[in-house]
Amino acid sequence: MATQLADTQATELDDFRAEVQQFIADNFDPALKGTYSALSAVEGPTEENAAQAKWREAMGAKGWGTPTWPAEYGGGGLSKAQNKVLQQELGKAGAYNPIGGMGVMMFGPTLLEFGNEAQKKEHIPPICRGEVRWCQGYSEPNAGSDLANLQTMAEDKGDHYLVNGQKTWTSGGQWADKCFAIVRTDRSDKHKGISFILIDMDSPGVDVRPIQMISGSSPFCETFFDDVKVPKENLVGEEGQGWTIGKRLLQHERTNISGGGAMARLMGASLADVAKTYLGEDEQGRVADPIIRDKIASFEMRWNAFMLTARRAVEESKAEGGVSEISSALKKLGTKLGQERSELMIEIAGMQGLGWEGEGFSEKELKETRGWLFGKATTIYGGSTEIQNNIIAKRVLGMLDHQ
Amino acid sequence: MAVLNEEQTMLRDMAREWTTNESPVTEWRKVRASGDPKAFDPAAWGTMAEMGWAGIIIPEEHGGSDFGWLSAGLVVEELGKTLTASPIVANTLAAAAITMGGSDEQKSKWLPKLAAGEAIGTLAVDEGRGSDPLTVSGGKLTGTNQFVHEAHGADLFVVFADDGVYLVEKGDGLTLSDRKLADMRSHAQVTFDNAAADKLASGPDDLAEQVLDRARILTAAEMLGMAQHLFDSTLDYLKQRVQFNQVLATFQALQHRMADLFSDLAMMRSAVEAGLQALDSGFDVPRAACIAKAQANDVLNTMSREAIQLHGGIGMTDEYDVGFYIKRARVLEASWGKSATLRDRFATLGNY
Repeated sequence: MATQLADTQATELDDFRAEVQQFIADNFDPALKGTYSALSAVEGPTEENAAQAKWREAMGAKGWGTPTWPAEYGGGGLSKAQNKVLQQELGKAGAYNPIGGMGVMMFGPTLLEFGNEAQKKEHIPPICRGEVRWCQGYSEPNAGSDLANLQTMAEDKGDHYLVNGQKTWTSGGQWADKCFAIVRTDRSDKHKGISFILIDMDSPGVDVRPIQMISGSSPFCETFFDDVKVPKENLVGEEGQGWTIGKRLLQHERTNISGGGAMARLMGASLADVAKTYLGEDEQGRVADPIIRDKIASFEMRWNAFMLTARRAVEESKAEGGVSEISSALKKLGTKLGQERSELMIEIAGMQGLGWEGEGFSEKELKETRGWLFGKATTIYGGSTEIQNNIIAKRVLGMLDHQ
Repeated sequence: MAVLNEEQTMLRDMAREWTTNESPVTEWRKVRASGDPKAFDPAAWGTMAEMGWAGIIIPEEHGGSDFGWLSAGLVVEELGKTLTASPIVANTLAAAAITMGGSDEQKSKWLPKLAAGEAIGTLAVDEGRGSDPLTVSGGKLTGTNQFVHEAHGADLFVVFADDGVYLVEKGDGLTLSDRKLADMRSHAQVTFDNAAADKLASGPDDLAEQVLDRARILTAAEMLGMAQHLFDSTLDYLKQRVQFNQVLATFQALQHRMADLFSDLAMMRSAVEAGLQALDSGFDVPRAACIAKAQANDVLNTMSREAIQLHGGIGMTDEYDVGFYIKRARVLEASWGKSATLRDRFATLGNY
């Protein structure tokens, strides 16, 4: 019986693989290979060409951009095994997932867990189709690492909330259609006075101002709310439950930053190849500068150890259930290593690696400069390194607060 | 911790129970106090051999259990935690050299004895400057190694000469003189003067390098145990020591340093376990060995310095254990490849 069942499953997976291959052949223009930019989050949305739009719409219609989300809300409804097949085939074809952003990475999973039926029906399908951009209304000028100190007020006006206050570091705020925000519905309790609400960015009274960053233009904005009306049905969960819901969303964010996904894509070019290009090789084919060569090897070995650690965390949590106790360490290590790599890249390329704009620099070099500066944000956002250290010390190591 | 099978879990638990109950650091203090140049307790080694630990990587047909390198590493890690002095690492490496490169005759002569703990093997590889090159002529080996681990208790020396790897038995033509190092374990200058040498004939061309990779990874496992112990004991200390009417563990400056060490230790563990797994699968061993030993070197170096600092004055006393660990740590760091050497090798393996 067991063998028969396994055979049936294997056949079904083979059929599914054939379906995926056909789908890619029908919808993915091979000319799109390699056009996906890992830095799109930094650079902002770009104009879609017809081939890109076709690919996004096709993937969205299948729900395969959010492959394991429930089909009833527009997700792919795939099993883990099917998703693996899908990812393998996309990889083989050089195809990318055109559906992403904060809706997919953070908000969707949180709403699926905490939202009511009407909210899921309204918000999840457009995310799955890649039609709506979400931004995060969390940080405020005086509520960064001390996030629960937030002051943006949502006053109960019967059928709606009246929102007043200011958010900052709203990533992609200038391009977003909607915002998931944590706001204060009660001033008397720091944590229990927080609620999780959804705000339309085109509501009257919403004012978004991009913040100029050290890397030049950036996706970060200041967002002001001046008597913004938010319907009551946009409250997720119970009033006062916002801190719990908001923290769960942060877990998705942390996993996403450290998970190696985005980081690994940014790690594309081999440092050794870059060094050979800028510094040359000796007769034995080694990087001509022995100190740089040593630094590259040091980085590569530690990067390997980091990737092994990320894999170990996954294997352990699969075997033991629950989140690995090293997830905070991964966020902290991964972001630090990413910054080290950028610094090393700049060191290797010298002046040529510091180009800001104009002639004499390749597009890659210019991106590297901006990426190097933008990368400084990674140890600050998503829970700063210091916050991760607090989490490790208190929750994992049991080091207590002052009594 | 790597995901273990049932057999490995049992082996690790058995090793943990034995080291905790029968071989805590006080046992090492006794060995040190005895002044025996072998620097291990033969009775303890006998027990370890009876439990099968001497033959973990030796094939069953030659008296071992063939449990593999991850299993060997689990045991060595536990022994590292309590600084249990024994020739287990040296013996395992000698057995590995014979398993990989020995003729059938060499294997059946030596492996059962090494597996049973009846004979002790070690590697004679140069770890210092000023050595005479080891040369072999007419089956007789001549030359000097400056620092040989576990030399005083060894019956069999696996010697890396200029044209291959040789077996030399304790006896005529072989003299030891003590090289006392900070860790107070057995180290000796070994001089070969026309000693009878039996070449390992069947191995791969790079047998010596392959044995060294195993030495790097298994030593890294011992270092992992030491680092884990230093971390755990430092954390315990911070949780009970009071200054300024506060338990030290409540100070954020110390919390963040422990979080750093925790993260470093996570990377070290991954690198070491991946090295052991690479040996079991045979995949990409040289690179894995570089990563494992370099991580072990660097993390244990920091961990041992921080452990003394965080223990304060008491960490400086011989009465406290932490000093034993930093002394052993530096000896192992200098063995089989310092980090700079390993980075050079890693870059060369990566063609840059």
